[in-house]
Amino acid sequence: MASGIKDKVAILGMGCARFGERWDADADSLMVEAYLEALADAGIGAGEIEAAWLSVAFDALNIGPSGVPASIALRLGNVPVTKVENYCASGTEAFRGAVYAVASGAADIALAIGVEKLKDTGYGGLPVRTRGTMFDMVGVVGSAPGNFAQLASAYAARHGIDRDDLKRAMAHVSVKSHANGARNPKAHLRKVVDEETVLNAPMIAEPLGLFDCCGVSDGAACAIVTTPEIARALGKKDLVTVKALQLAVSNGWELQGRGWDGSYVHTTRIAAGRAYAEAEVTDPGRQISLMEVHDCFSITELVTMEDLGMCPEGGAVKDVLDGRFDADGANPCQIDGGLKCFGHPVGASGLRMIYENYLQLLGRAGERQRMDPPSLGLSHNLGGMPNQSVAAIAIVGLEGA
Amino acid sequence: MTEVGIVAFGAYVPRLRLKRAAVVAANSWYAPGLRAHGKGERAMANWDEDAVTMAVEAARDCLTGIDRGTVSSLLLASSTAPFADRQNAGIVKEALAMSDDIATADLSGSQRAGLSAMVQGLAVAAANGVTVLAIGSDKRKARPASEAELVQGDAAAAVLLGPGGGVAKLLASHSVSADFVDHFRAAGEAADYEWEARWVRDEGYAGLAPRAIHGVLAKAGIEADAVDAFILPAPRGVAQAMSRRCGIRPEAVRDDLGQSVGHSGVAHPLLMLVHALERATPGQRILVAGFGNGCEAVLFEVTDAIASLPRRRAVTGWLARRREEVNYLKLLAFSGHLELETGMRAEFDQKQPLTALWRQRRAVLGLVGGRDPRTGEVQFPKSDIPLGGNLDAVGTLEDHPMAELPARILSFTADNLTYSPDPPCWYGLIDFEGGGRMNVEFCDAEPEDVAVGREMRMMFRVKAFDRQRQFIRYFWKAAPAEREA
Repeated sequence: MASGIKDKVAILGMGCARFGERWDADADSLMVEAYLEALADAGIGAGEIEAAWLSVAFDALNIGPSGVPASIALRLGNVPVTKVENYCASGTEAFRGAVYAVASGAADIALAIGVEKLKDTGYGGLPVRTRGTMFDMVGVVGSAPGNFAQLASAYAARHGIDRDDLKRAMAHVSVKSHANGARNPKAHLRKVVDEETVLNAPMIAEPLGLFDCCGVSDGAACAIVTTPEIARALGKKDLVTVKALQLAVSNGWELQGRGWDGSYVHTTRIAAGRAYAEAEVTDPGRQISLMEVHDCFSITELVTMEDLGMCPEGGAVKDVLDGRFDADGANPCQIDGGLKCFGHPVGASGLRMIYENYLQLLGRAGERQRMDPPSLGLSHNLGGMPNQSVAAIAIVGLEGA
Repeated sequence: MTEVGIVAFGAYVPRLRLKRAAVVAANSWYAPGLRAHGKGERAMANWDEDAVTMAVEAARDCLTGIDRGTVSSLLLASSTAPFADRQNAGIVKEALAMSDDIATADLSGSQRAGLSAMVQGLAVAAANGVTVLAIGSDKRKARPASEAELVQGDAAAAVLLGPGGGVAKLLASHSVSADFVDHFRAAGEAADYEWEARWVRDEGYAGLAPRAIHGVLAKAGIEADAVDAFILPAPRGVAQAMSRRCGIRPEAVRDDLGQSVGHSGVAHPLLMLVHALERATPGQRILVAGFGNGCEAVLFEVTDAIASLPRRRAVTGWLARRREEVNYLKLLAFSGHLELETGMRAEFDQKQPLTALWRQRRAVLGLVGGRDPRTGEVQFPKSDIPLGGNLDAVGTLEDHPMAELPARILSFTADNLTYSPDPPCWYGLIDFEGGGRMNVEFCDAEPEDVAVGREMRMMFRVKAFDRQRQFIRYFWKAAPAEREA
């Protein structure tokens, strides 16, 4: 059995651009915005970066292919730059590349940078794109909300939950994220909304209304990673280290086999199991202080709480309505506003989530800082569709936690 | 001549039935004379239906209980086939997952083409002792505010022809061919150009139909009053007039389905024939005639075998599967007369790699999945390495046709964001009986039809149009299964 990544790599610095409708910025400037913050936080010079990973999901629509755009925008020193794309898990994928490079000893200091310039696509919501020749012949060209909305019908059927009760729990998820986002100066959506507004919003994809869907934003986020030894040598005291990094990718079972009932996300469960083992988490509800999960839609966050083992199956509705995942609850989730309100520039999202956990662990989250000392922060990305997905989990924590 | 006959029959009528009153109301400011045609309703193909998809449904209905491997030839007649140069019958053949080793052909060029397909099919069946499937299908083309728009309707019908008496044995057929141009449509044109109705009636029908009718009766050696069912799709009153002129009993003139379907063009003589056969009793004689640049007349005698034909939807069954539509704009939009704002999502490039369609044609057009012979597990689509990853089983999956299998909804949504010509776009995950599942679009679905666990039936439909290159992508969709009465 592999020994895992736990405590082998430390985060030296992180940065995050202000997310939103960044009419003022192109992808290059967004990358620079996140990069400069990370570089200053790390306290290193640009020349010390030995390898970089760039995550972008909609390359054809903004910066184009390959690692070249990041190398040019950040004026890297002709180091290896690899572009990664794994649907909405791309940001965590870039982080994984950088962390593994450091853990392997191939690089002392590595960079992960994610960016997306969705507001240049002209679409409300994510752009339509091919999913491959075969898929385009036999698959459904549905929207992202439509693909995730199916979780709701299957979840309600499996657990015998009334549609209105489910809608109310979903609304709570969104109301909470709006309240959290309102306190985050870098968030895209910063307006508090009430439950009634959420419930009465126009229908996007049954049963998801407008407020059940996350923002489509421009943004970039960046991480610089190194070994704990180098971090200490560079003068860092409170080290945030990587405890687990796991990626689970559908092998077709959900859509081609039997046994999956569409009410949960199989890959999240697999990735969570592996991540908990890697991070030596045995009781996630008690040990995980903070969560940033892939709340692309309210139903996704709700179902993810069960997939991460935070609640028993069928128990998320009650836990959500009880406020367990609110900013002041036992297991705060999306304390920065989440994809819902911080925004979802696809390639940047995974890094944005790690950024929030990093800030919270170091006590640098400002107005939204959790008062009880956090120890482990979990971030979760879900790419693709629930029936053909990529789930990524990153657990970070203070060294020794 | 070897005895031949109709072995089986089937039909298809689209679910949407547009109230004519709604069309008249919308157009009365412009063409008040249309009020004369304001009664009843017409069958209206949905945006994702065309002559090919309707032909597939009629063929499936016709082939109920019949081994498709016994069909050696497929003829598709249509004046509105979607492709001018890509054999439309070939698409139907793929959708029916038939063997490549059969003959297929398109017939067109005249409203008579449906009956011509049947006459040709009967001749081939008689000469070669083989079974021929003849289909007539039309998604009618008419300009807004025209009389044609009101009196026409979309439908398809199919007959399986073979040696022996079948359920209705052929007594005789007679063809009259003449370049009588009552209307025409140049290649590529959107609608017909029509000549004066009275001339068409008095010179066209009255001149040509009796010749065909007398011809077939003479060949069969029977008297006109021995005809029990007389079918001649024609403008109002013409069939009655022709029956009088030819000596056919007035009660033999069949309901022309004008109030429920409308005139379905090439398909209509076959559609009325199927309607007649549905309740026919042994010994009845059915004379079906089709007019168009001449006239085709065919005479059958119903046999005892009619009683043992497995139940099918036929015209009555499909007519009962009905949803009233009062929105005339849908007809205009679905027929391309009204260009609606589609939004950016419709710009998604739907270019079809033809290489891939060829490789995957059985999966895409035939809905053929894979079955692991060792485990019995079914998957769609088929893959080299079966699900479960057993590398000893690479390339061993067997073909598993799924189009006729019932399925149940596992999850669903109604998507208002994705582009659909008829929003919202319903889709979801379905599980097939015996295994296999897919995430698929639903068609002909309403909120009351869709719930987890609800039974669905697969239908061959247009998946998407490639507007840039004018290609049509076909695939299967799931429709709510009718609850049997």
